[in-house]
Amino acid sequence: MPTSLSHRLVRPAVLLTGVVLAVSVAGCGSSDDATTAAPSPSASAPASPSAEAGVLGIQDPWVKAADEGMTAAFGTLVNSSAADVTITGASTTVSPMELHEMAMKDGKMVMQAKAGGVVIKAGSEHKLEPGGDHLMLMNLAQPVRAGDELTFTLTFADGRTQTFTAVAKPFTGAQESYAPGHGEPMPHTSTSHSPAP
Amino acid sequence: MTPSSRPVSRRGLLTGGALAAGGTLVGAAAVAATRGDASAPASTPAPGRVPVAALGEAIEPFHGERQAGVATEPQAHAAFVAFTLRPDTDRAALGRLLRLLSDDAARLTQGRPALADTEPELGLLPARLTVTFGFGPGLYAAAGLDERRPPSVVDLPPFSIDRLRPAWSGGDLLVQICADDPITVAHTQRVLIKDSRPFATVRWVQQGFRRAAGAEPGRTQRNLFGQLDGTANPKPGTPLETAVWVPAGPDWLRHGSTLVVRRISMNLETWDLLGRTDRELAIGRRLGTGAPLTGDAEHDEPDFAALGPDGLTVIPDFSHLTRAHVTDDRFRILRRPYNYDGVPTADGTADSGLIFASYQADIATQFLPIQRRLAERDLLNEWVTPIGSAVFAVPPGCPEGGWVGQQLLD
Repeated sequence: MPTSLSHRLVRPAVLLTGVVLAVSVAGCGSSDDATTAAPSPSASAPASPSAEAGVLGIQDPWVKAADEGMTAAFGTLVNSSAADVTITGASTTVSPMELHEMAMKDGKMVMQAKAGGVVIKAGSEHKLEPGGDHLMLMNLAQPVRAGDELTFTLTFADGRTQTFTAVAKPFTGAQESYAPGHGEPMPHTSTSHSPAP
Repeated sequence: MTPSSRPVSRRGLLTGGALAAGGTLVGAAAVAATRGDASAPASTPAPGRVPVAALGEAIEPFHGERQAGVATEPQAHAAFVAFTLRPDTDRAALGRLLRLLSDDAARLTQGRPALADTEPELGLLPARLTVTFGFGPGLYAAAGLDERRPPSVVDLPPFSIDRLRPAWSGGDLLVQICADDPITVAHTQRVLIKDSRPFATVRWVQQGFRRAAGAEPGRTQRNLFGQLDGTANPKPGTPLETAVWVPAGPDWLRHGSTLVVRRISMNLETWDLLGRTDRELAIGRRLGTGAPLTGDAEHDEPDFAALGPDGLTVIPDFSHLTRAHVTDDRFRILRRPYNYDGVPTADGTADSGLIFASYQADIATQFLPIQRRLAERDLLNEWVTPIGSAVFAVPPGCPEGGWVGQQLLD
């Protein structure tokens, strides 16, 4: 499991160093086109896309609209199988990504990379939400506009992958402080961020 | 459209609000149902929860060929929110905006919190919530689709009685939010405005009310002059169908309608100077029953030829009833008004009036002739003044998975 994640790396394959890598990114195009691929604002899907059948049920996925810098994706992960599922990575075309959690540090809540990935217990659900675990987009190559639909790929510990689509919502909440782990340099000069509303 | 009698399950909402998105709900619910631990909070009964009345849980459908909130039995509270599109909001951006707003409406009207709802508890009691979208002339222009605008959806011609204020007039996009609970209206308004911000600014908001839900079932609404208001509405069934809905045409028009919103200031100070008889002559109806001056019951046909002992017609030809009277359903309008009651001045002068909302298939052939007759010669003009005016096309509804405006913009 990763204990050290670089924030400057742009490719999921590198981002997930130390975990079981499965960056074939089934069904969502090349994850290497990080700086050129666009979100698909003209998709005719409803604004509440649900995930395709896959490892997990992914309910009410959404991503916080932002012009630049960081943002995050959220939703409820439902594991209806009899075995625990571990998410070890996430990727999208518009930004390198990390799995984040909120943790108490020096008396205040900060977010940080989630060591060991996100575990969804068998027959259980796990919420990715502002103020809790979330999928972090570390450095947007292009704006994520309100109403855009972004495709994400989750990578699991056993090498499987699953894609889902999340709609971008204007959202000003959850302006947590970011605490990079283990002395890694920050991608930005400030230790707090407030993605564009 | 009658509200569903199916109650919202509060327990189901706890999971449903978070989980429901299409067909996977069943699986998710099963997960919750088969487990009893803390990771499935829905399976744990909330101790001492407050019971909810049917009023709070009542649901109006959102998806369908036609939008709700038009033929829907009017709810007690309403907010009309008009937006001005930002200059860079083009056809594609309008699609993104309306997908977001339709999704908000689809969830909130069914008693589920909006996606990313920051106050999800306020989304659990729909109380017959409807969200109805209207497209102003500016929306068609912004989309580059002016040729698809219903021709009658243009600013109304000026009337001599008008004292229109820009602050209450116009608008590129309208959402009419109606519910039997004012908190539901407020929360829905907040959610829709937040999601509109990247695309539009708020042009005006008009909030209004009727009698509390259930206080006078089936009763025509009363305005703050004490008059029954809407007696002449087309009756449900064929008359209403004929008057309100566009029966044919391309799919962005068919099953649509048009909406005129006029803010009518009502001068309670000068109305106070009238005796009851004069008030009834001005309207042409009895205040108590709403019956025409020639009849006994509200829905009696008025007899405009009947003469009184003085040789004059019983119903004066300057009365509101006479001037507004329409006999052919094709030329009727569906009045769906709400009262407003602002803050009086220091000397007690009221700021009261009517948010006059009129639905009809075509503004030019239905609303305008009535409005012209009223502007020409309606004694009521002595006490009422139009201070705001806006016109909108009401696009057809959308099926599940679709969004309002899709037929026009996609």
